[in-house]
Amino acid sequence: MGFSMRKIDYCQALNEALHQEMAKNPDIFVFGIGVPDHKSVFGSTRGLLETFGPDRCFDTPLCEDSMTGFALGAALGGMRPVHIHIRVDFLLLAMNQIVNMIASYNYSLGGKVKLPIVIRTIIGRGWGQGMHHSKSLQSYFAHIPGLKVVMPTTPRDAKGLLTAALRDNNPVIFIEHRWLYWAENDVPEGEFLIPLGQGNILREGTDLTIVATSWMNVEALRAADLLAKQGVYVEVVDPRTIAPLDEALILRSVEKTGHCLVADNDWVECGFSAEVAARVAEKCFGRLKSPVRRLGFAHTPCPTVRCLEDEFYPNAKRIVAVIHEMLGLPPIDLSGEFSYSHESRFKGPF
Amino acid sequence: MSYPGLELYKKLYLARRCEEYIVKYYPQNDMKTPMHMSMGQEAVAVGVCHAVGSTGLVLATYRSHAAFLAHTQNVPLFFSELYGRVNGLANGKSGSMHLADPDHGHWGSSGIVASTIPIALGLAFAQKRKNTGATTVVFFGDGAIDEGSFWESINVAALMKLPVLFVCEDNGYAVHTPSKKRHGYDSIVDIVGQFRCATFSDDSNDVESICNMTQQALSIIQAGGGPVFLHIKCYRYLEHVGINDDMKDAYRPVEIQEAWLKKDCLVLQRLRLINEQGVEEIVIQQLEEQVETSIHHSIVAAKQYSSPDPSQLFHGVFYEEN
Ligand SMILES: Cc1ncc(C[n+]2csc(CCOP(=O)(O)OP(=O)(O)O)c2C)c(N)n1
Repeated sequence: MGFSMRKIDYCQALNEALHQEMAKNPDIFVFGIGVPDHKSVFGSTRGLLETFGPDRCFDTPLCEDSMTGFALGAALGGMRPVHIHIRVDFLLLAMNQIVNMIASYNYSLGGKVKLPIVIRTIIGRGWGQGMHHSKSLQSYFAHIPGLKVVMPTTPRDAKGLLTAALRDNNPVIFIEHRWLYWAENDVPEGEFLIPLGQGNILREGTDLTIVATSWMNVEALRAADLLAKQGVYVEVVDPRTIAPLDEALILRSVEKTGHCLVADNDWVECGFSAEVAARVAEKCFGRLKSPVRRLGFAHTPCPTVRCLEDEFYPNAKRIVAVIHEMLGLPPIDLSGEFSYSHESRFKGPF
Repeated sequence: MSYPGLELYKKLYLARRCEEYIVKYYPQNDMKTPMHMSMGQEAVAVGVCHAVGSTGLVLATYRSHAAFLAHTQNVPLFFSELYGRVNGLANGKSGSMHLADPDHGHWGSSGIVASTIPIALGLAFAQKRKNTGATTVVFFGDGAIDEGSFWESINVAALMKLPVLFVCEDNGYAVHTPSKKRHGYDSIVDIVGQFRCATFSDDSNDVESICNMTQQALSIIQAGGGPVFLHIKCYRYLEHVGINDDMKDAYRPVEIQEAWLKKDCLVLQRLRLINEQGVEEIVIQQLEEQVETSIHHSIVAAKQYSSPDPSQLFHGVFYEEN
């Protein structure tokens, strides 16, 4: 099997996983609003219609909840549906089928059936996406027993985790960040799989652990660079799957560093960051040298105007500032440092 | 204004020119908000809102501009909001997709398809209970009628005889997918007509016809006859979202576009004013200049305001007593 690497972007990595798995398994089909159109969900479903035909790649009317029920029925009938939504926010219309039906269906059947359903969905951000196109919602889904929740950060993870999701016999909510679509990285050419439930150390360090999700890993890595200039070495832990959670990896890191900051790409209140903080507090309380801290979206709906949007989202500089507090270091001037913005690729709409 | 059609033309012209200014200034990157342009479809919002009048209550979609301008004519705050200025309708928090102006009877626009339709039911129920006599109008696209909440809402409105005007702005596409690829039926009007809900349809793109049709609908609603559904065909000139033409993407036939361009709602109404209502060219030109100046002033004024202070982020999540 080819493990030769070449650089491709996150979107190509997703696309490649779909092509490879669909070629192998005729039961897989993809569908959703706009899935086969010429924009092909930002390019992630490109070529699927041409290669696999309209029975395996199709558009739907706007009816998220019913088509989610459709996915459940198709899975009961032995198919492997992949339902795609261009924004996580639109999944809120499908919550009845996801939470009341899909998540508990197997339980009601005594765990006897395979429910290989993948729900791919995208987090929007920037240029005034506003309150209806910017949610993240991993905590919503991870709160519900019976769902697996995946948030790949790197192109390699995007391919490996999507492959794992497509082969899993249980429902998987697969949450992609729009800004990560342009990330480029070494990705194996052939089929390969990253098991769900296995986190990843994105950067090793000794002084403090940052547990970050999705785009926040990019900010965490940048914060790590800034801190390294001061001789502070942070470890960046990417859980990659929110449920099941690789708790052992997180705990091992915190045992080593004694400090933990959770940087979640979501609201903080009652969120995934609280879950991580609780587990760290429960299981390595004695090793903690400072209280666990959390960073996430401001507790407001996402505003449209740029200057408030910038306040709404945490960034590398905010991470550095919190870490200075945690480690009792004096603040430093970061005004000359850049902050990520995808303005150059993102002029105008979506 | 003594000519009946002139006011309608003025509103069409206002909506069109505001968007043409947006197209012109958007590349300056100061209006950082995704825009779903109404251009081409203005006759629907203008005809309906004109008939409904200022006491009507409006709910709309992310394709918000024409309905907003037609109903509120609040050009200054429209631009302040799009420019994200502190004096905007929501201090820049709402942007193009969530425009609202309760002071002028505009109760919101939504980025989630079909999500304002059920809200119209409750707003109408409140009018009925409080005996205000106001009609609630909700605009939505042909994509919205795919959603379950549309069908649930029609049913409830018919059952409860609510004073709601449902306005389906049918531009034939949901993003890039044509209606015939999404609908397992041929005529929405026939189906809605099976509910206890009167229906009207129009494909003329003629603002006066739409206005007259709406007046008939309103007389049914105001006589307590329950909800009415208007199905109005129209054509979006630009891409689904953004300020560009997208005919190069070839998902919409050129012939259809040409046919609609021939009956552009501004052209139709301008010709009517001159040929049928005896309005002199100079009168129209003066009106156009007046609208032009007011838009220009609104833009200049909006840009003079500052962006909201960062502390604004936390304001308005909950009700704030002034
Ligand atoms: C519930 C929901 N699903 C999907 C979307 C993505 N989306 C935005 S606009 C749109 C098409 C809506 O078409 P239509 O109702 O005809 O309105 P138009 O844009 O043509 O004015 C879609 C699918 C959304 N915003 N909300």
